[in-house]
Amino acid sequence: MYRYDDFDQRFVDERVAQYRDQVRRRLAGQLSEDEFRPLRLMNGLYLQLHAYMLRIAIPYGMLSSAKLRKLAQIARRYDRGYGHFTTRQNLQLHWIKLEDTPDILAELAGVEMHAIQTSGNSFRNTTTDPFAGAAAEEIEDPRPYAELIRQWSTLHPEFSFLPRKFKIAISASAEDRAAVKMHDLGLYLRRNDKGEIGFEVLVGGGLGRTPLLAQTIKPFLPRRDLFAYLEAVLRVYNRYGRRDNLYKSRIKILVQSLGAAKFAEEVEAEWRASAQEAPSLPDNYVDEIATAFAVPAHDQSPVDEAAIQRAIARDPAFARWMKHNIAPHKIPAYSIVTISLKAVGGTPGDCSADQMELVASLADELSFGEIRVTYEQNLVLAHVRRDRLYALWQRLDQAGLGASNIGLASDIICCPGMDYCGLATARSIPIAQRLAQHLAAREDEIGRFDIKISGCINACGHHHLGHIGILGVDKNGEEVYQITLGGDAGEKASIGAIIGPAVKNAEVTEAVDRLVVVYLEQRQDGERFPDTYRRIGAAPFKAALYAPR
Amino acid sequence: MLLADDGALRNDNWRHLEDSEAIPDSNPVTVSFARWEQESEALRARNGRLGLRLPSDAPVEAIAPALDRLELIVLSFPKFTDGRAYSQARLLRGRYGYKGELRATGEVLRDQLLFMRRCGFDSFTVGQRAIDEDWPKAFADFDTFYQAAADGRDPVMRQRLSRPR
Amino acid sequence: MQLVTGNRLWDGVVIYFTASGTWSPAIDDALLVEDDAADALLAKAQQGPSPLPVIGAALVEAEREEERVYPVTLRERIRAVGPTTGPMTGRRATELVKRS
Repeated sequence: MYRYDDFDQRFVDERVAQYRDQVRRRLAGQLSEDEFRPLRLMNGLYLQLHAYMLRIAIPYGMLSSAKLRKLAQIARRYDRGYGHFTTRQNLQLHWIKLEDTPDILAELAGVEMHAIQTSGNSFRNTTTDPFAGAAAEEIEDPRPYAELIRQWSTLHPEFSFLPRKFKIAISASAEDRAAVKMHDLGLYLRRNDKGEIGFEVLVGGGLGRTPLLAQTIKPFLPRRDLFAYLEAVLRVYNRYGRRDNLYKSRIKILVQSLGAAKFAEEVEAEWRASAQEAPSLPDNYVDEIATAFAVPAHDQSPVDEAAIQRAIARDPAFARWMKHNIAPHKIPAYSIVTISLKAVGGTPGDCSADQMELVASLADELSFGEIRVTYEQNLVLAHVRRDRLYALWQRLDQAGLGASNIGLASDIICCPGMDYCGLATARSIPIAQRLAQHLAAREDEIGRFDIKISGCINACGHHHLGHIGILGVDKNGEEVYQITLGGDAGEKASIGAIIGPAVKNAEVTEAVDRLVVVYLEQRQDGERFPDTYRRIGAAPFKAALYAPR
Repeated sequence: MLLADDGALRNDNWRHLEDSEAIPDSNPVTVSFARWEQESEALRARNGRLGLRLPSDAPVEAIAPALDRLELIVLSFPKFTDGRAYSQARLLRGRYGYKGELRATGEVLRDQLLFMRRCGFDSFTVGQRAIDEDWPKAFADFDTFYQAAADGRDPVMRQRLSRPR
Repeated sequence: MQLVTGNRLWDGVVIYFTASGTWSPAIDDALLVEDDAADALLAKAQQGPSPLPVIGAALVEAEREEERVYPVTLRERIRAVGPTTGPMTGRRATELVKRS
């Protein structure tokens, strides 16, 4: 867990003081809303349907128990006792008052947290693999690089007024659990033939109106050149990204219009021209930052696996949780636990203050005080000894956190939608709730299944990357839902294709059911949905979906 | 009115010529980028103090050869959300080593002053609000910076590495 | 008919412009005008010394039936009564206690 030194602490304290004065000036009428809006956005404060919404930064999804407890306290004291974990590993509070926000940010600063740049036309949260540092296979822990990028990208004086937002993700495993390819800039940690660490750099991914996957512009960037190269990418974007049209202003549009090869050339030229002044990343500095992420002192004494098997045999509910919510840890005596925030019928990603405090305590007892947030809106305890799993599951289950559905049909990614969000064109949460309720009984049979729901084209629910993606739109005052098929996140990323005309709110459950039936009938050899879809094409799904009732 | 990067307010002694105005022999004048492109030979030959006004999409590369002749470069923020002049400033100060006065004009607001100074601006075109709202204080909003920039302040990384172990 | 709504500056609560020129969190207090008077109403709602109590003031379509005002769009109904699902179903920010 990265700990602030005096520099980091001073920085956030200065930021709180600056923001407090900005709010004072706003409430005194010295700043207009047009002048204030970008300033509050740069501190994560949105205006939504019912109140202000504060998006608190959880850098690369990492929390300590102290931080999670503080989030619970803030949710209770300043909000309505719950928070919403987002698809960028952050936390949102939806019932916030502007006048409370300086105090909230001051409380966050007290636990080394902030809401800096969780909105605005600059760098957003740099996200990474929630299994980092624990995953069974990983080239190297990506988190030190995520932390380095976080610092470099915080209040960067040249790049704080980009044409549009800029999202970075980094992954270090063959299985990409950070959805790198949907980011403006993605990094895959790589080793070259000499065993040196570097990055494959991808640029130009993004969802929304023009969904595109990032393309590789640099197969291997030596580690020491990371910031010099990133600055070159950003300078090309800052200078040449479109500013005339809000919907064409992401870097993906620039990469698409130039072509990846030409874009790469522009970056190389800028990088070479800046070589004199460019910041180099020295090895000893990486090492220094990396010490914060040192592997915890695991207890590697043998685990009584037979006892675990007996518990599984005795308790089918525990067996199910073991089957779906546990992932292999690099140390055999340990497991990686995903805590589902997708209770069937609940709001995907929501977590009450009580639940947060329970998870914080469990982390202290069982996982070295660390909690991770996934972009799929779940939580992870990454270092749990296998002989504690049963006890952990019992406590989670009692608290309504025992849903055994990770990766299954009821593990739905869903944005807040029109129940909360000022940008939304339709509701999303009720759709997710009904689908989860409808599919839960069959989800083991269905297997791995990614349903992703967005309440508007901005795609915060990542619907383009869903095996089944659902986009809510407004048609003459009615909520209708466009369905896409065959999307996929991860290293085999693909953008889903629209299957046909949108369906009404009341028809969505039936529609998805028909699509699932086709999949179950047609899949071969344990194919995942995207593989079946690629093999048999859209026609059978279309026919089933639009067949008369 | 101008705000200088040390917080002082002063008058602007430069004349900012329209393209149609005749260029006086000696007073300090700025011309537009378009005019510069048309008349650069004549302008370079002239004896008076000379400055240039660049739009936010102007390629600073194009004026690099003439920088030693320019005492003032004025960069533009047509809207404060148009961040291109930050890159123009950094290129001028860094890659091209420009040593003259670098001024921000356009929608220059209090909460971007520190970013601008960090990118190498040393003067800012402001109005009465700069006095009423005590804008010079904004330069002191932070003294901790994560990045090296054009202002030469030591970024956090360098400070950490130079600490005794 | 149209009314003017926005969010209150200091706490983000949904508010409606009333006949007396004040802002109320209760939609039933809203002043409704005919379409041809709507632009003028919006302008009037945004007059006043800075800072205005409202941000994002906008016109929305609504109808009045006796004492109650019914917005036409689902979005505005949600703003008026609260989310349709979750822990705050049918509840609004006005129920939050003002601390200062």
